Amino acid sequence: MVIKFQKNDKPVIITGAKDMPPMAASLGSMLQNKTGDWRNVRPIIDYEKCIKCFICWKICPEPAIDIVDELPVINYDYCKGCLMCMEECPKDAIHYEKEGK
Amino acid sequence: MRLTIPEREIMTPGHLACQGCGGSLAMRYALKVFGKDTMLSIPACCWAVIDGPFPYTSVNVPLFHTAFETAAIMASGIKAGLMVQGKDTTNVVAWAGDGGTFDIGLQAISGAAERNDDITYIVYDNEAYMNTGIQRSSATPHGAWTTTTPVKHYKKGPKKNIAEIMAAHRIPYTATASVGYPEDFCKKLEKAKNTKGFKFIHVLAPCPTGWKSDPRYTIKLAKLAVQTNSFPLYEIIDGIHYKQNVKIKERKPIKEYFKYQGRFKHLHEDEVQYIQNFIDETYALFEMKLE
Amino acid sequence: MKKTMMGNFAASWGAQLSRVQVIAAYPITPQTLIVEKLSEIVADGELDAEFIKVESEHSAMAACIGASATGARAYTATSAQGLALMHEMLHWAGLARMPIVMTNVNRAMAPGWSIWADQNDSLSQRDTGWMQIYASSAQEILDSTIIGYKVSEQVLLPTLISFDAFFLSHTVEVVDMPEIELVDKYLPPFKPDYKLDVNDPRSFGALTDEQYYYEFRYKMQESMNEAVDIIKDAGKEYEKLTGRAYSLIHPYRCEDADMILVTSGTIAETTNVAVDELRAEGKKVGNLRIRVIRPYPKKEILEVVKGVKKLAVIDRNISPGYSGIFSQELKSALYNEVDIPTRSYIAGLGGRDVKIEDIKDMANDALKNDTPNDLIWKGVKL
Repeated sequence: MVIKFQKNDKPVIITGAKDMPPMAASLGSMLQNKTGDWRNVRPIIDYEKCIKCFICWKICPEPAIDIVDELPVINYDYCKGCLMCMEECPKDAIHYEKEGK
Repeated sequence: MRLTIPEREIMTPGHLACQGCGGSLAMRYALKVFGKDTMLSIPACCWAVIDGPFPYTSVNVPLFHTAFETAAIMASGIKAGLMVQGKDTTNVVAWAGDGGTFDIGLQAISGAAERNDDITYIVYDNEAYMNTGIQRSSATPHGAWTTTTPVKHYKKGPKKNIAEIMAAHRIPYTATASVGYPEDFCKKLEKAKNTKGFKFIHVLAPCPTGWKSDPRYTIKLAKLAVQTNSFPLYEIIDGIHYKQNVKIKERKPIKEYFKYQGRFKHLHEDEVQYIQNFIDETYALFEMKLE
Repeated sequence: MKKTMMGNFAASWGAQLSRVQVIAAYPITPQTLIVEKLSEIVADGELDAEFIKVESEHSAMAACIGASATGARAYTATSAQGLALMHEMLHWAGLARMPIVMTNVNRAMAPGWSIWADQNDSLSQRDTGWMQIYASSAQEILDSTIIGYKVSEQVLLPTLISFDAFFLSHTVEVVDMPEIELVDKYLPPFKPDYKLDVNDPRSFGALTDEQYYYEFRYKMQESMNEAVDIIKDAGKEYEKLTGRAYSLIHPYRCEDADMILVTSGTIAETTNVAVDELRAEGKKVGNLRIRVIRPYPKKEILEVVKGVKKLAVIDRNISPGYSGIFSQELKSALYNEVDIPTRSYIAGLGGRDVKIEDIKDMANDALKNDTPNDLIWKGVKL
């Protein structure tokens, strides 16, 4: 009896051995781990300056920048605030702000 | 909208890589090119943790965690198992750090290369045992601070030239790459994907945590390593034909590269000059091999 | 079909009949003939398998694990130093629940270099989660390989089949090779629930903290416990097909014995002969051959020994600082269950021959002496 893989961003519930496969085989996705709470600073794209080169999308290590309607959109659920996008943007279209308390 | 690398994402966020992790970016590129029909063999290294703890994963392809020194042979075993079941198309990729490749994993990778096992071996090189807390490896460059080469005894001796070692096995495809040049890296991944036999790619993956650099400079550092000629980007076909992929018109001085990294800041001018001379000599020898 | 063959070749043919799909092996005396024969078998087209000529035994086990993880039936063979080198990966195969079958030629550990019979190599691996069989005949080696896969693939634990260097690996016996069509009926193709599959991508063996690791060990133990009956059932089913029965223990003339010798490997076969001779002299002794030590057949052993007056264990191994290993395990199984004086004998380490007379000496010594806790080194030259 195979335990199905849970594809969403919800935690996997394991109450004990009966909910576990015989070996450490994964049962769910790390999407449940919203790494956005790692941030101290939040990058923000100024779409007036953005030339849609997608360099920010290209170099994000997570990736936490999605392409939505042909625009780069930062996914703040996962953005860790490394600021690589800000550093690499050729038009200085990204600035950062401190995360609120 | 013109994208210069494949659009599809295989890996999802939520994983445990540090902010600005070069190794994470390297995996993202590799999975984009290899696609879903891929299996990963990952030994002890940062990626053994980055993917996430049981019961979770983030790469969305089958991943077999394996013992430190066995990345290459585990991949060979996986490939053999698939082939005997008629599943010939799957890309089997050994994905390891520099420790598990240059040091403890050297026997297994040499064995797999000599047998020309049909796998791709990618070493994401952050130049030390980063997962266990920044201890030196034989990939640590001369001059670097690590926890086992503290400032008073900084690492002396050149970085092992793993690409040359692999090429000496006369494997079909050897390449160096850098996350600062994603289009070049993706081209090389595509070549590896379409070549039969043992393929080896050495990708430089800056580590802000271990290099003591600001996470935002990961791409800048990955570019500077190439622009200073200390990490030239090239391919070796069949172990003997050398081709350089990115020619630097006027190389930048190594102190430009060191400027952004805390792990080199203890070096005095004469020590930096020693390193600069070594880089220039080594690069001159390298140029002689180009066709 | 009956053929004469060495123990080593019985291992090769057992693997061939089991239709192993991936073989990864490294040469070491006295195992080399196993893999040489398998290379021939594969080259002659008598087995459709990928043969990876690995560069070390550690890699051999890693390759088997990788292949098994994809759902392929994997096999390897080794001995002594090679088995020791694999140690880390034996733990890996056990905890990853890979049903690999491996034949090990029991050879003494170095230094000094010894290629001769001794059980310390396999007994050092008792805690890795592998089921362990000690074979006493070439026929048993072949049959145990086939039965090994059947059991392993049900309980998802690997099987180690050990047999004595030279005494069994290189001596020729008559072996009845079952027809492969018969074996196919007995041993269906390997179809694991969890495997590396691009249509169901998962990670295997990720970071497992204290929340879960304990339960994985519990599950492994549960499977070992279930394996006892599965081994018996698989042995009985094999008997229906071939007429040859296998179980966890093989008692010989124990029913009315006053004293039972407890043995394994080739010493056990010799002891059967010694028992017949002692019986002819009027001494009521029996021989309990321990075939499977993991899972440990405690209940089965107790059933056989419960009425007996004395036990004498012969170990071709030693855990330095304590005792012979079969003896230690037996005594702990008896504790709190039955009170039977048990004497422990060490014999045959490093390939020293253990003859019928030697066994009779040990049996007579045990019959004469009631003190249970001596560790006697049979034949040691002081």
